[in-house]
Amino acid sequence: MSEFLQFLVAGLKNGSIYALIALGFTIVYAATGAINFAQGEFFMLGGMLCVSFTDLGMPLPVAAVAAIAATAAIGAAFELLAVRPIAGDSPLRIIMVTIGGAVVLRQLALHFFGPDERALAPFTEGASLKAFGVAVELQTLWIWGLTALAVVALALLYRKTAFGRAMRATAIRRDAARLVGINAGMMVTVAFALAAGLGALAGVAVAPLTQTAFGVGAAIGVKGFAAAILGGIGNPITAVAGGLLLGLLESFAAGYFDPAYKDGVALVVLLVVLFVAPQGLLAKAGRVKV
Amino acid sequence: MTLLQVRNVTRRFGGLTAVDDVSFDVYEGTVKALIGPNGAGKSTLFNALTGFDRPDEGSVVFEGEELVGRKPREVVRVGLARTFQNTQLFEEMTAGENVMVGSQARQRRGFTTAMLRLPNAVAEDREAREDASRLLRLIGIEEWIDVPAADLPAGIRRLVEIARALATRPRLLLLDEPAAGLNATETRELVQTLFRVRDSGITVVIVEHDMGLVMEVSDEIVVLDRGAKIAEGPPRMIQKDPAVIAAYLGGEVDDDV
Repeated sequence: MSEFLQFLVAGLKNGSIYALIALGFTIVYAATGAINFAQGEFFMLGGMLCVSFTDLGMPLPVAAVAAIAATAAIGAAFELLAVRPIAGDSPLRIIMVTIGGAVVLRQLALHFFGPDERALAPFTEGASLKAFGVAVELQTLWIWGLTALAVVALALLYRKTAFGRAMRATAIRRDAARLVGINAGMMVTVAFALAAGLGALAGVAVAPLTQTAFGVGAAIGVKGFAAAILGGIGNPITAVAGGLLLGLLESFAAGYFDPAYKDGVALVVLLVVLFVAPQGLLAKAGRVKV
Repeated sequence: MTLLQVRNVTRRFGGLTAVDDVSFDVYEGTVKALIGPNGAGKSTLFNALTGFDRPDEGSVVFEGEELVGRKPREVVRVGLARTFQNTQLFEEMTAGENVMVGSQARQRRGFTTAMLRLPNAVAEDREAREDASRLLRLIGIEEWIDVPAADLPAGIRRLVEIARALATRPRLLLLDEPAAGLNATETRELVQTLFRVRDSGITVVIVEHDMGLVMEVSDEIVVLDRGAKIAEGPPRMIQKDPAVIAAYLGGEVDDDV
């Protein structure tokens, strides 16, 4: 029983991270109809920038917020300077630009941060919590809390504010959005900034547990993409569910079978979903769309 | 008082002149109809007036401001709102949310403000919803406020689109074939709505094929044929105009008339 619970905790921990990445995919997909393959690099930038800012002497909370804000700004700049001029609003071209952009961001990170793995201090020092024979690291609680906060804030933004409603309107029907005076182009920029910010949040939150390096983006990008596809891309609620589910699948596969299987799970999920139910396994939950 | 001045507007597509040197005025507080057989250039002219298309020649002046060369969203902010021939609602949103998008697009609050004000979001949302329900009540469809747009009957969809356009607080409302696809009852409701809109002080320009509706609601009519204006005047004059009768009956008879 305690073994099961331990796997559950580990799965929900990684799943939360995947959920944040999957949300990033979803937000950009809803706004543009394209997959942003640079999403994993925003995760990497969040962690690496946070480490660099603490090296500069910033206290951790300040460094974390600054890293997320800086990554969001990089996301906006990426859309304005690369995606929009090169790709316009053609989803296929946007995909190509994001693939190229991912390589550029990774190489820039190598150039500026160097090739070494870096570690970030845990947000709260202290021993793991123990209950029912399960140990939960304090950082895991931070990950859950921050993920929950991000999801609630995002839901409020999209459901209850004029700005979020304008973003949804643009995603649903760009022409009609312009008709009521919405700046549709800006909504796409903000979508990239939001997605980058969420990726960075995940990168910052998980860095104390896993360490980080310039090359961590690609693998997490695949996981987050698999989670978004599992949930049915374009739907934020099922994207989060997809992330958690993927985390659990990985954790139980690694725990009950062989740890070597862990990283293969996402790829298997990706392939199975794309073959069996390309619209996503969880996407029937209604007409919620970002 | 002249609210909108259209002067010598011309739009060509390759060898075809879709709108040919058209001029007319729209006076404040009136309903003006644009009619003409299919392909007469009515929708092209609408697009040119609202920034969705740029005329090759001519000018469109709204309260002293030139509109040619402006983007659709800038045209909306100046005070012109329009609807499309095929209703374009935000399908996954409720009728109320559709209207809220319209009323809030003017606020021009940025993303950062939205995030900072997130704790107040629920209260502000309630206010926005009350605004939307007031507008839907004016049009008489308040009971549909929480129904997703995709599930609304055609007549209600059309009225929601008009409500959304009104929510942007226009001085001039342009309606592109609002009665298309509506049954007799729904058309009656539309006519009542149009009168209410006019009486609330909003000027209306309407493109419409339903001649009964046009003759009933409009103060003045502009008739286009093959891109050019062939007649302009009050409904009773237009009905007797030989050029208009020839345009409608001379060639093939228009299916929609």
